[in-house]
Amino acid sequence: MMNYDIVIVGGGPAGLAAAVAARNAGVDKILILERDKELGGILNQCIHNGFGLHTFKEELTGPEYAYRFIEKVLDAKIEYKLNTMVMDISEDRVVTAMSREDGMYQIKAGAVILAMGCRERPRGALNIPGFRPAGIFSAGTAQRLVNIEGYMPGREVVILGSGDIGLIMARRMTLEGAKVKVVAELMPYSGGLKRNIVQCLDDFGIPLKLSHTVVDIEGKEKVTAVTIAEVDGKGKPIPGTEERYTCDTLLLSCGLIPENELSRNAGVEMSPITSGPIVNESLETNIPGVFACGNVLHVHDLVDYVSEEADRAGQNAAKFVKGQLSDAKSDVEIIATEGARYTVPSTINIDRMDDKLTVRFRVGAVYKDSFVSVYFDDERVMHNKKRIMAPGEMEQVILLKDKLAEKPGLKKITVKIEQE
Amino acid sequence: MLYDVIIIGAGVSGSAIARELSRYEANVCVLEKCEDVCEGTSKANSAIVHAGFDAPAGSLMAKLNVRGNEMMDDLCRDLDIPFKRNGSMVVCIHKEALPGLQDLYDRGIKNGVKDMKILSREEALEMEPNLSDNVEGALYAPTGGIICPFKLCIAMAENANVNGVDFRFNTKVEDIKKGEDGMWHIRTNNGEYVSRYVVNAAGVYSGVIHNMVSEDDDKIEIIPRRGDYCLLDKEVGTHVSHTIFPQPTNLGKGVLVSPTVHGNLIVGPTAIDIDDKEGTNTTAEGINDLIAKANDHVKNLPMRKVITSFAGLRAHEARHEFIIGEVKGAKHFIDCAAIESPGLTSSPAIGEMVGNMLKDMMGLTPKANWISTRKDVMNPENLSIEERNELIKKNPAYGNIICRCESISEGEILDAIHRPLGARSLDGVKRRTRAGMGRCQAGFCSPKTMEIIHRELGLEYEEITKSGGRSNIVIERTKNQKGGEQ
Repeated sequence: MMNYDIVIVGGGPAGLAAAVAARNAGVDKILILERDKELGGILNQCIHNGFGLHTFKEELTGPEYAYRFIEKVLDAKIEYKLNTMVMDISEDRVVTAMSREDGMYQIKAGAVILAMGCRERPRGALNIPGFRPAGIFSAGTAQRLVNIEGYMPGREVVILGSGDIGLIMARRMTLEGAKVKVVAELMPYSGGLKRNIVQCLDDFGIPLKLSHTVVDIEGKEKVTAVTIAEVDGKGKPIPGTEERYTCDTLLLSCGLIPENELSRNAGVEMSPITSGPIVNESLETNIPGVFACGNVLHVHDLVDYVSEEADRAGQNAAKFVKGQLSDAKSDVEIIATEGARYTVPSTINIDRMDDKLTVRFRVGAVYKDSFVSVYFDDERVMHNKKRIMAPGEMEQVILLKDKLAEKPGLKKITVKIEQE
Repeated sequence: MLYDVIIIGAGVSGSAIARELSRYEANVCVLEKCEDVCEGTSKANSAIVHAGFDAPAGSLMAKLNVRGNEMMDDLCRDLDIPFKRNGSMVVCIHKEALPGLQDLYDRGIKNGVKDMKILSREEALEMEPNLSDNVEGALYAPTGGIICPFKLCIAMAENANVNGVDFRFNTKVEDIKKGEDGMWHIRTNNGEYVSRYVVNAAGVYSGVIHNMVSEDDDKIEIIPRRGDYCLLDKEVGTHVSHTIFPQPTNLGKGVLVSPTVHGNLIVGPTAIDIDDKEGTNTTAEGINDLIAKANDHVKNLPMRKVITSFAGLRAHEARHEFIIGEVKGAKHFIDCAAIESPGLTSSPAIGEMVGNMLKDMMGLTPKANWISTRKDVMNPENLSIEERNELIKKNPAYGNIICRCESISEGEILDAIHRPLGARSLDGVKRRTRAGMGRCQAGFCSPKTMEIIHRELGLEYEEITKSGGRSNIVIERTKNQKGGEQ
């Protein structure tokens, strides 16, 4: 069996940033396992710009952003294996991997960083009635076909879901000469970033119909038409509101699901809200020495935040292998309630936390002129007014170690949204 | 070419008959309107091997069900496909309906079903803790089983093909006439086929085919009876371990909940009579209806874990009985029509019956070198690390995972493409290997599978289909790529 200090599962933005951080923290034997034929992950098919505004203070395309990190990995001579699928991770951190060249093999890892990313919710999981012809794609699959393989799925497009990939693909398909007829969104608000709605829909005159869903798909071989209808407050289609669009393509951008098959099999405890691992301030799961970052932990809107989170996971994994991460329990709970759906992390050990800890969360609905409040036990310690908050945009609060240290015996930190 | 027998339809009945006939010295051809075997009723059903207590005592349906069930162990061993006798339970949730279980039991005894037992509420709950709290009792039939309908159909067809049966795909029968030469002349979109004998195994179209040759007072109408299904993630595949049926009604066996032989959970079907013989669309009402009904008998059904929903069509005929035999006034034309549930279970017995019938009618003699077995696409999942390494060393394609959800390697896909009657479309690959059948429903693997099909079959990307016909996945190059080529 091979031995590595840190094995990183996934060579996308999270895995790359984690690897670089661990190397900078002085870890020698690091191995990145990537299933695709190149490093960079999903960024390689995101050829639009808008990446890196926070990290590099400039607008990069997805591949450019990825390359900034790939370069660092290459410079640091961090080992990586491509075309390699991780088949299993055990509770005692034995990673089983497989490739054409190396066959099936096992690696004993000092620490494991989960950085597998996420996948798209497929048509089947949405229970959309109708036929099942060719021409129905998740937005990301269509993105791969167009941007990587260089083929167009169709000429007339309806999009269900206003997740960011769907919005980006509305623009991309339009630029490629297709007619995007409508974007329907089940919720009364968009699931994507405001800037994407403006730049990808509004600028091209593509209508966004909120509180709408697909109620029928026609076409026995290839899609011929899609019918959408308005939904009521419970998401049920309202009879009489149907609108039929002839089209040959239906793209779905209805949510992303962290890809945690390996984590689950390893015994990692999962959050039913994020579908990602439950982690502490060190981004460590319930299995000591197994860390998680990026979209496998919770779905992000901005890759910059993925890189930042992965950097922390890399540093903490480094501490773990060097025996610098105390095994003290993370005993302060962070509770998300009243509008805040979850937080990452969800527990804190004050001794182990950095001076500044970013706690990220999402809201469950659109909030205007409301306050993000943080309570230490029953005492409100933070009360920040936000003009607008929406489920499509991740929020954060920053906790300071000094402030927490002033509260011995602190049991719980509560994050909530308040109207005043 | 003049054939001895032409079989119309490459579903599970046609494939079973083809395999049986391949035992004998005869030129046999199967005509199929779709691009692959197993494209109609055979591909969208409950995937159940029924014990045989449902069909009316003394019916052909009852006889072939029980016989097909008996044949399944040996057949699946010979064809190297998965089959599990997980046992069926018919669950009673109303005290006043308890006598119905006894009726079913008695019918089962008459039909020759072995080892059935009537269970008390407590016994039923002990065997199946997720049954509804309202359970009053159950009929347990340990001979009930689960099978992969694709693999059964594909394996029988493939084995028939290896033994010399021709298959003509994308070949739709348009008309059939008895010629002056005494032969059957079959007009198709791909030219005329001539045969001494014809077998009509055309599923929901078996009425249309029958009516091409039958006398005016002998017309049959096959009504497509649609059934919606939901398939749930493997994560919840053990919610029940037996196949759970409600008590039957005159519309059929009702909405069942069952594990599949691959470890998913299947819920369905509904039963709605429709006009469209291609009407395999699901409806919101249908899906809602089946969820409501399934919840009557099984509690806490994790319907949030649905990975796909689909609909299939049963080839229903008003008499609710298999129609198998020579058509009156159409000598040498054999019907195998109205094969609805339990058609999948019965298929080996249907093959045997029609095979024997033709053997006797035609005086066929056995082939000396008939091959009774075949190997399925190899599934490396159960190999040890050492064995897997050995395999990858010999064939590196087995080290390259294409479908991450089901862990299907390139090696398995290559096998599926290059074997007899190999896959030519994404669905063809899917049904032979399970690549694309997992929880992401081919989002990840379809571009990769397309690349393999392009490379191995020399098809352009634009020519690659989901399931033949005009189900093309992509239509043209992007602007940039077109520009680059000029």
